[in-house]
Amino acid sequence: MNLEEKLEKTELPDRIQEEIEDAVEGRDLTDEEFEEVVEAVRDRYEETRIDPLEPVGTVSAQSIGEPGTQMTMNTFHYAGVAEIDVTQGLPRLIELVDARKEPDTPMMTVHLEDEYATDREKAREVVWKIEATKILSIGDISIDVASMEVSVDLDPEMLEERNLEVSEIAEKIDDELGIEVSEGESSVSFGPSNPSYRELLQLVEELREIVFKGIEGIERVVIRKEENDEYVLYTEGSEFKKVLRVEGVDSTRTRTNNLHETYKALGIEAARNAIIDEMMSTLEEQGLEVDTRHVMLVADAMTTTGEIQSIGRHGISGSKESVLSRAAFEVTVNHLLDAAVHGEDDRLEGVTENVIVGQPIKIGTGDVELVVGKPD
Amino acid sequence: MSSNTTPKKIETVEFGLMSPQEYREMSVTKIITADTYDDDGFPIDMGLMDPRLGVIDPGLQCKTCGKRSGQCEGHFGHIELAAPVVHPGFSKLIRRLLRGTCHECARLLLSPTQKEKYRNKLETARELDEDLDKITKAAIREARKNSTCPHCDAEQKDVKHDKPTTYYEDGQKLMPSDIRDRFERIPDEDLEPLGIDPERTRPEWMILTVLPVPPVTARPSITLDSGQRSEDDLTHKMVDIIRINQRFMENREAGSPQLIIEDLWELLQYHVTTFMDNEISGTPPAHHRSGRPLKTLSQRLKGKEGRFRGSLSGKRVNYSSRTVISPDPTLSVNEIGVPEQIAKEMTQKVKITRNNIDEIVEYVRRGPNTHPGANYVKRADGRRLKVKDLNSEQLAERILEENEDGEPQGLGWTVERHLTDGDVVLFNRQPSLHRMSMMAHEVVVMPYKTFRLNTTVCPPYNADFDGDEMNMHVVQSEEALAEADVLMKVQEHILSPRFGGPIIGAIQDHISGTYLLTNEEHRFEEATVLDLLRQTSINDLPEPAGEDEDGVYWTGKEVFSVLLPESLDLSFESNSGEAVVIEDGELIEGTIDEMAVGSFVGEIVETIAKVYDNERARRFIDDVSGLAVRSIMHFGFSFGISDEDLPQEARDEIDDAIVESEEEVERLIETYERGELESLPGRTLEETLEMKIMQALGQARDEAGEIAEQYLDEDNPGVVMADSGARGSMLNLTQMAGCVGQQAVRGERINRGYENRTLSHFKPDDLSADARGFVRHSYKEGLNPKEFFFHAMGGREGLVDTAVRTSKSGYLQRRLINALQELEAQYDGTVRNAQDDIVQFEYGEDGVDPMKMPKEDTLDVDAIVDRVLDAEFEDERAKAEFAGDD
Repeated sequence: MNLEEKLEKTELPDRIQEEIEDAVEGRDLTDEEFEEVVEAVRDRYEETRIDPLEPVGTVSAQSIGEPGTQMTMNTFHYAGVAEIDVTQGLPRLIELVDARKEPDTPMMTVHLEDEYATDREKAREVVWKIEATKILSIGDISIDVASMEVSVDLDPEMLEERNLEVSEIAEKIDDELGIEVSEGESSVSFGPSNPSYRELLQLVEELREIVFKGIEGIERVVIRKEENDEYVLYTEGSEFKKVLRVEGVDSTRTRTNNLHETYKALGIEAARNAIIDEMMSTLEEQGLEVDTRHVMLVADAMTTTGEIQSIGRHGISGSKESVLSRAAFEVTVNHLLDAAVHGEDDRLEGVTENVIVGQPIKIGTGDVELVVGKPD
Repeated sequence: MSSNTTPKKIETVEFGLMSPQEYREMSVTKIITADTYDDDGFPIDMGLMDPRLGVIDPGLQCKTCGKRSGQCEGHFGHIELAAPVVHPGFSKLIRRLLRGTCHECARLLLSPTQKEKYRNKLETARELDEDLDKITKAAIREARKNSTCPHCDAEQKDVKHDKPTTYYEDGQKLMPSDIRDRFERIPDEDLEPLGIDPERTRPEWMILTVLPVPPVTARPSITLDSGQRSEDDLTHKMVDIIRINQRFMENREAGSPQLIIEDLWELLQYHVTTFMDNEISGTPPAHHRSGRPLKTLSQRLKGKEGRFRGSLSGKRVNYSSRTVISPDPTLSVNEIGVPEQIAKEMTQKVKITRNNIDEIVEYVRRGPNTHPGANYVKRADGRRLKVKDLNSEQLAERILEENEDGEPQGLGWTVERHLTDGDVVLFNRQPSLHRMSMMAHEVVVMPYKTFRLNTTVCPPYNADFDGDEMNMHVVQSEEALAEADVLMKVQEHILSPRFGGPIIGAIQDHISGTYLLTNEEHRFEEATVLDLLRQTSINDLPEPAGEDEDGVYWTGKEVFSVLLPESLDLSFESNSGEAVVIEDGELIEGTIDEMAVGSFVGEIVETIAKVYDNERARRFIDDVSGLAVRSIMHFGFSFGISDEDLPQEARDEIDDAIVESEEEVERLIETYERGELESLPGRTLEETLEMKIMQALGQARDEAGEIAEQYLDEDNPGVVMADSGARGSMLNLTQMAGCVGQQAVRGERINRGYENRTLSHFKPDDLSADARGFVRHSYKEGLNPKEFFFHAMGGREGLVDTAVRTSKSGYLQRRLINALQELEAQYDGTVRNAQDDIVQFEYGEDGVDPMKMPKEDTLDVDAIVDRVLDAEFEDERAKAEFAGDD
């Protein structure tokens, strides 16, 4: 039996198995000694285990809620990269707990593969594939009212850099706006089908929105050299699924701050981990020390159903079984009326319900029953 | 309830609608007159205050149940409505039913297969605990698609809903009676696919024909000082309903035109609607004579002060008290000083036994006004007698009086005696954000009128003494007392479950005290050492450190070491970054400061609590605070404005640094104006300029700080406090002595106020340092008016921020608690909710309690292996014990 098998048999948590492995390695222990070590470790470990019936939910909620009072309200703050603003502090924590469909400031951290990560030029290439290129970044728009024409002077350097052709641009405009476009050396021009000043302006408006290259919704991409000499991209705006497919992107390490995108692309377990990571980094950034286990519990509670549920009326609290508990939380009257129509039963299993009817709650010391009996 | 009946347990609460028949059956009387009292002040029979509805006046007997005020919970009456009206809470559901059922045959507009489909869907949804509403809505949507009835082929008409309670079918108004007729004809089987349980709820019951009249106990009238009666809002509303009801009947009997009848019908509907809910949109709220909107049924249930949150989830309690708190360093952390006045009011129940009878009788004899006395005596038959000065002797004798068995008859009686030293009470400060906001303390009765507490328990309560008040609860039942004593004592909460570190520890002057004691090598003679240690639990002096010309002496480190457990080994970094080494309970090297004993971070406190036990940690904290207070008194410590004095050369240096930076800012602005400034990637020129200016000015302040730090002595009290972590930081000192620095609003330099300028003192578009809120003076020098104004702007933002934050984080906390409160760790290591669904298979992935977690986040396996291999055990038993075999 090798060490790994022996460790496996101990049934201790992985983390502790690893530690034993590290400690035992190269010491050449006899089986008996190994057994002794395991037993001693197990003994210490058992001492640190959580007590049964501990109200871990309440403790975790308090552990995350209490430091909330010490967090800043300042919405914008710099997160590592000075160029990109990211919501931090209490607003971010609320956003996470709310499981919003779209964060206030969506952003991605895009890691790159192989040579893309080490070569600045290669990294640039990926940037152009990701960053949404709009007309203003490749040329200047001018409007000629007399001839009812919009013309765009394209910057050849910019085109070159982004690997775009004038014909591509013209085609794209044609596709999007559905009008005839005439190509020049390094310019394109076009006009509305029926000449009117309003339509002309309308066209310009629409032109500005066209994405010629990259992914729509990603406004800006910043390249940064990390401490380990690796180039990492930071994006303003998030399109996780699309970015994962871009060549050169290391899909194993790329992440987004949008929980739902993570969920849709990688599944609920990934979403759970995303919640934990985002919450921990928000708390850490504010200099607040909170044990991961509390954050894990919140994340698990939000994801047990297989979907991301928010904390609050529209999520966990709203889908509770107990009518009384829901009524005591928010929108009291509606819950009572609906319960009446559906003929619901409140089985009084939770905390609030029992407080309401004046019975001991089934948590902690209230969950233990003592039977008084005569000794035989 | 007599003491030997087991309380009944409620298994289930069922919800459903009540039928008119049920309303009538539970009613004790029909209410027919809108009048309440007759001219003599007696309630009118069959009026709204009918004596059969319950009693509210003390002394009277209830005509229905014979109980007295307080005992009788009241009885419902009923009003027979002249015409049916819609229940406003169900107006949406009524609309859905009207649209989903045939207007001819009243059957659900779904084919049997479709019905079956939705019935099945509902069943699975119920099993999976999903939202039923979505499915019932989909069922109605599908039903509406059938333009003809699948049962009778009748053409379906469009139903319009005019909120809140009027319905039109094909432009024709549907009277509630029509709706009711139609609902009556919906067969039970057609209701199931809509999620309605026909056993409990028939749709026609959503149209009211009988209105229950709440008992008077639910709407008590108050007698004003003038002798006038003031009725409850609900009574007012009932009066309105009865009046209209009556007029309706009279008019109908008189054969009034349809138009008038319909008007009255609408009026009746309005009053019933507002009786149920006075905040429905589209309906003008009913007002009291004074103009205030009435608080009707819904309003009573809703919101923070409503029945659910205000009266059921949270209740007011007896045996509680509240007063201002003040510090007392002579108390232990787990004690609380209780004013005698409160101790005499708050009581603890004691059962008289043979062992305590003499003591208890003495309490009774002393009466209610002498401190440890008693307030009540409860006899075996349940009668509770108040102890007064006049009858205290007599009551004491009664207890001792012998019964036929020759025993004192008072055995088994209960006495409510005053709080005395050593009683365990709960102590709490709002906001109760975590479990450490309510802890158990031992009572110490004291003179004066404030609660006294040891300053080391301030951090968990987040208390200070600028007028804070706290609450004390005296626990009454034996079970509660045991739990308070075992689980809630202060020492059980030294470690916070939030981060597994100590939340209780030395603060402020305690830290300055230990710092002064251990920082330099002080020598103390015996008398001084005794004085330093006199408030600690230490009774023996250690061996002197040495001898000099004045005799034997002890060092500060040695004095501190006395407090440590003998076997303690520890090394860590102090606040200022130097190493602190403790070996065998001796402080070998380093200074004891915040990182050693402070709250939230104290390494020594954490180690003692984890390696030894909570009681030892409590003693250590008590000893440290005792020693620290004595030592800071020994050295003397004060901080005043003159401690921020800097020599002239330092001030010149600071001025130079600031001028330098201001010039740098000017240069930046010039470059910008010339258009030569290069923008940072992704930033506009203006943003780049701002960032560079902020940087330059930030540097100015830092430089000023560095210069100030150079010129302030090591033993400057401000420096001592900042270095030891007792209070404040070098930044605070910088601002006092050197330069306050840039003021900011929303993270930017101040840029608001007038058009293109902050104040009219500046030229428009002036971007210079002093025009945008740079405060170049120090607090000590004083701010000029412009600086003062900018400073106030920054300060105001801080205040607003705090105000917004408290409400936001409060709501966040409430939601978190509500969502997670049912989660509980189980014997099998899983975490489950109230329905026994597994939320985590292993708590925190490894089942470890954050509070018990070893300090380095992991078990020290290496040390264990060393220990096993070295096998330095005295015998086999010690080895087995170490290995964890029992």
